[in-house]
Amino acid sequence: MDKIDKILLQQIADLHKIPSGAFNIRKNGQVLSRNSTKEIEIIPKKDGSGINIKIAPNTKNKSVHIPVIVTIGNFSDTVCNDFYIGENSDVTIIAGCGIDNPTCNSSQHSGIHSFYLKPNSHVRYVEKHYGQGEGKKILNPVTNLFLDENSFMEMETLQIEGVDSSIRNTNAKLKQNAKLIVKENLLTAKDQKVKTNFKITLAGKNSSADIVSHSVAKDSSSQKFVSNMIGKTECFGHVECDGILLDDAKIISVPRISALSKDSSLVHEAAIGKIAGDELIKLMTLGLSEEDAEKTIIEGFLMG
Amino acid sequence: MLKIENLSCSVFENGREIEILKDINLTFQDKKLYVITGPNGSGKSTLVKLIMGIGSLKQGKIFLDDKDISNYSIDSRAREGISFAFQKPVTFKGIKVGKLLDIASEKNNTISNSCEYLSKVGLCARNYKDRYMDESLSGGELKRIELAMALSRPAKVYIFDEPEAGIDLWSFDKLSSLFSGIKETTIIVSHQKEILKLADEIILLSNGKVEKVGKGSEILPLLENFSCKKLRGENGQD
Repeated sequence: MDKIDKILLQQIADLHKIPSGAFNIRKNGQVLSRNSTKEIEIIPKKDGSGINIKIAPNTKNKSVHIPVIVTIGNFSDTVCNDFYIGENSDVTIIAGCGIDNPTCNSSQHSGIHSFYLKPNSHVRYVEKHYGQGEGKKILNPVTNLFLDENSFMEMETLQIEGVDSSIRNTNAKLKQNAKLIVKENLLTAKDQKVKTNFKITLAGKNSSADIVSHSVAKDSSSQKFVSNMIGKTECFGHVECDGILLDDAKIISVPRISALSKDSSLVHEAAIGKIAGDELIKLMTLGLSEEDAEKTIIEGFLMG
Repeated sequence: MLKIENLSCSVFENGREIEILKDINLTFQDKKLYVITGPNGSGKSTLVKLIMGIGSLKQGKIFLDDKDISNYSIDSRAREGISFAFQKPVTFKGIKVGKLLDIASEKNNTISNSCEYLSKVGLCARNYKDRYMDESLSGGELKRIELAMALSRPAKVYIFDEPEAGIDLWSFDKLSSLFSGIKETTIIVSHQKEILKLADEIILLSNGKVEKVGKGSEILPLLENFSCKKLRGENGQD
């Protein structure tokens, strides 16, 4: 690993060195390093399109790192990774993509991740996106979630400054008593663009989903949040899009909740606006300059 | 010493100028405790906010230790030594109580440091340092943390705008001893008799003007005779 690799890995996966346990590090479309363990098997797909990650039933308190780094320009990489989470297991999966593009051509990565959670399993999935360098950086992640009975998925995504263009698609289907929590945090600056789409189907009785998107748009960047929460039975769904606008930025929120059963309970909330004046004033009374107060509010809002 | 000279402030409503404060002259001596009282709408909150730099003066000057701070920003005044607790605590999305105490006290506090500030308001740091300063806390808890933040600042002048408002049962009893324990100049906006009794001097505001300044023995009887109409308050900003 060179210096750039280390910076990118630290940004997206808090990794300072090769992690212990199961991992797969992909660099410029090739495997840089891979390790399976007794409980977590990482197997390349026969067609070369990605990897299968198989987590044995009853695996507890283990983590898997699968970061992707791109350090060249004029490059487009698509990878399909499938995660099979065994019954009663409880694992943390750290993914993410960091691009350093030193060229004037664009670099693109599209990670298509599908998760199949068996009954009573729990996954915490953390995905960070980061970009640096002169060239255009494009990230288009697709996350497909299939939650069996009584399974629980927590998904935390963070895309901070540096990604020029992004279309993020998250699709989920939940069976009986399954639970999904998504926290999406986005920051765009300059003329960056992000579109984020959620399609959540609450198909099983007593399934529930809580989707919270916090976004900050600076300069002349733009964001569009589109959600479609579908309740097919007795279920509870909540979608929240909370946005802070600075400078000449734009945020558009398109909510759609579809209650297809009289027992569905679906809620959508959206609030977009400037930084609250009273928050700025309060922090300034504590001695922070207006600029530092703004920074503190945004940092808390996105990473609190 | 904090000195206010010829301070006036007005707002415009429907194109009409409404004077909130008229020619206020006050001197706050070092290490003394002042309570500003008066009917609703008399301009008490506006006055203390203007000392902190929140809002703009129509005319007048504010001096802190002979330094003219009239044109200082809010944060510059904070750094000069003015600390302010709001009547209605401000909540944040994603900022923890511990972080706010670190900012206020200008240091990275350990649990025991935070404990020093939070225990003054009857809260245990271990339970609150990692809580978010948001609506998950009760109104009483938010208010106590607001007070703790103001108290944790290294300041020359501590200002509390209606500290008893929204406070829960714990606090009321202990507020008096909390304020008595402050060694620096303290300015409290309050209607409460127990707090008024603590004052070295009481400043009675009415209709945007200083009606009277004096010791409790002078002002308290006056307050009891203050007409019901006045106590209900005139229209205007407070």
